[in-house]
Amino acid sequence: MSPHRFLALLKARNQEFLRDRTALGWNIIMPVLIVIGFAFAFGSEDQDLYKVGVQGETADNSRLETFLTTRHIQFIPIESQTDAITKVDRHQLDMLIDIPGNRYWINNSSAKGYILERLLDTSELQKDSVSGKEIRYVDWVIPGVLGMNIMFSSLFGVGYVIVRYRKNGVLKRLSATPLTAFEFLLAQIVSRLLMIVAFTTLVYIGTDQLIGFRMYGSYWLLLTVLILGGLSMISVGLLIAARMTSEEAANGLLNLISWPMMLLSGVWFSLEGSHPLVQQLALALPLTHMIDAARAIMIDGAGPADIWPQLIALTGFSVIFIWIGAKTFRWE
Amino acid sequence: MIEVKDLTKHYAGLKAVDGISFTIPRGICLGLLGPNGAGKTTTVEMLEGILRPSSGTILYKGAPLGAEFRNEAGIMFQHTALQEHITVREVLKLFQQFYPHTRSLDELIEICALGEFLERDTRKLSGGQRQRLLLAIALINNPEIVFLDEPTTGLDPQSRRNLWEQVRRIKGENKTLILTTHYMEEAYELCDEILIMDHGKIIACGVPRELLAEHYKNSILTLPADALPAGFKPDPGSSLLPQEDRVEILSREVNTSIEHLIKHQISLTHLLVRSPTLEDLFLELTGHSLRS
Repeated sequence: MSPHRFLALLKARNQEFLRDRTALGWNIIMPVLIVIGFAFAFGSEDQDLYKVGVQGETADNSRLETFLTTRHIQFIPIESQTDAITKVDRHQLDMLIDIPGNRYWINNSSAKGYILERLLDTSELQKDSVSGKEIRYVDWVIPGVLGMNIMFSSLFGVGYVIVRYRKNGVLKRLSATPLTAFEFLLAQIVSRLLMIVAFTTLVYIGTDQLIGFRMYGSYWLLLTVLILGGLSMISVGLLIAARMTSEEAANGLLNLISWPMMLLSGVWFSLEGSHPLVQQLALALPLTHMIDAARAIMIDGAGPADIWPQLIALTGFSVIFIWIGAKTFRWE
Repeated sequence: MIEVKDLTKHYAGLKAVDGISFTIPRGICLGLLGPNGAGKTTTVEMLEGILRPSSGTILYKGAPLGAEFRNEAGIMFQHTALQEHITVREVLKLFQQFYPHTRSLDELIEICALGEFLERDTRKLSGGQRQRLLLAIALINNPEIVFLDEPTTGLDPQSRRNLWEQVRRIKGENKTLILTTHYMEEAYELCDEILIMDHGKIIACGVPRELLAEHYKNSILTLPADALPAGFKPDPGSSLLPQEDRVEILSREVNTSIEHLIKHQISLTHLLVRSPTLEDLFLELTGHSLRS
């Protein structure tokens, strides 16, 4: 391993990428447009149903019967009071009623909570309030959109590019120098990872300035997820590029891999409640773990203790795929 | 410099290279000729260490191809794309970083005449400029042995002659050169020795001038195709070589052949007398033209 050769190649790859306007546009403009699009499309409330969490039995409750039979209100039995309060805080629930405890919670900044409070006979109940801001769809979808962008950038920016290099003779030219396959692959990985971190950060900050996301967790932890997630995506690209010689075949295979990830990894919608088989399948995709972890950090303020399974999965994917990719790699 | 022994390469039952042996002495320019599919690119790529032989040995300075060879060999491939969006100067600097010992950029720019397009994106080079850059990359580590795989294919005559000048200059530095080409004229101009391959075997090798003297004692007469009557026979000892648009007489003795033509009242208006070239030799040995 010569740091000289590695750094020279890293620099060349960065220049190549940064000067390619179309690739650059694809990496920056697309995610910004998607996020802004969603911010406007789902800016107003998308559901006219009120959601009330109910703790305790509702059956023999003459006292609250009028309220509990109101139409257009969805009553959701809840298990954990703490979780439910967080949901009220994030506007995922409009109200929480603790029947045995004779208490209710609303969010002071929620218009729906205010309406529900007026409907409820509150004479015998104790009022509690929280003041968190609502979680909008755009807050929920941003980790998905950024994750998807990272996936495309890694798969095509590493996988497709190496296959193209092989087809047009760049690899052959490089292989006739003292450069080793390890140095070459490391330069590709590091270059793309640097670009992913830089551009994702840029897009995040830019859209945050425009729209303002909810972020309850640690930025450092989010960065860790970004790096591990990016690495795992790059490793998939590397695996595909190890031997393929046809750009068309590589393109097809990359699409074959990226589409299921886009649909099954929870980019656009939650897989909660989908068929268990689909959920199992989703766990085999690195993007799922990346998005889950990022979402947990941003929306639920999750710490390392909460997302360690995802961190381990992402590390595992990266190590295994890079190892196989490097083992099977051929210049020709 | 290089010793090749019983070299073979099989591709799924096909013998691309079939047990060839030869040596390349230090300081010569060896031309490797052969029709398409003769196995010359396969041979060169095995010599370059790009392809692994099916069997046989290649020794460089008495040892198998290894790190020493990689540091001391310069290769100009036939089809090479370069990283995009980087300039000629940046490409040179990049390749400089790969080697422990390199030639100075100024020297390379001077030898290969790169000065006028040094800051240009590699995608925007003309064919000749591109070949000059690829030659510069091949020379960047100041190699002892240089491989040139069809360096002038697709170039206009002017660019071709310019590149020949550069190759002659490299020869002057006492480097060993291995050149494959489609152009007999190029082989004749540049090569000290040539090696003609067909069907994976070596069918002739030697110094071009000596090879020609060995095969041809005399000259070739060329006439338009319609100049000779049907059933015409040349003088005894000479032979007819019909071509597409002309007739050639491989003459044993020029004076006798011309007297024979005059005796048969054949117009000599478009008669051309020339010495046999490598092209003729090649055609005779392989039975097909190089460019077909």
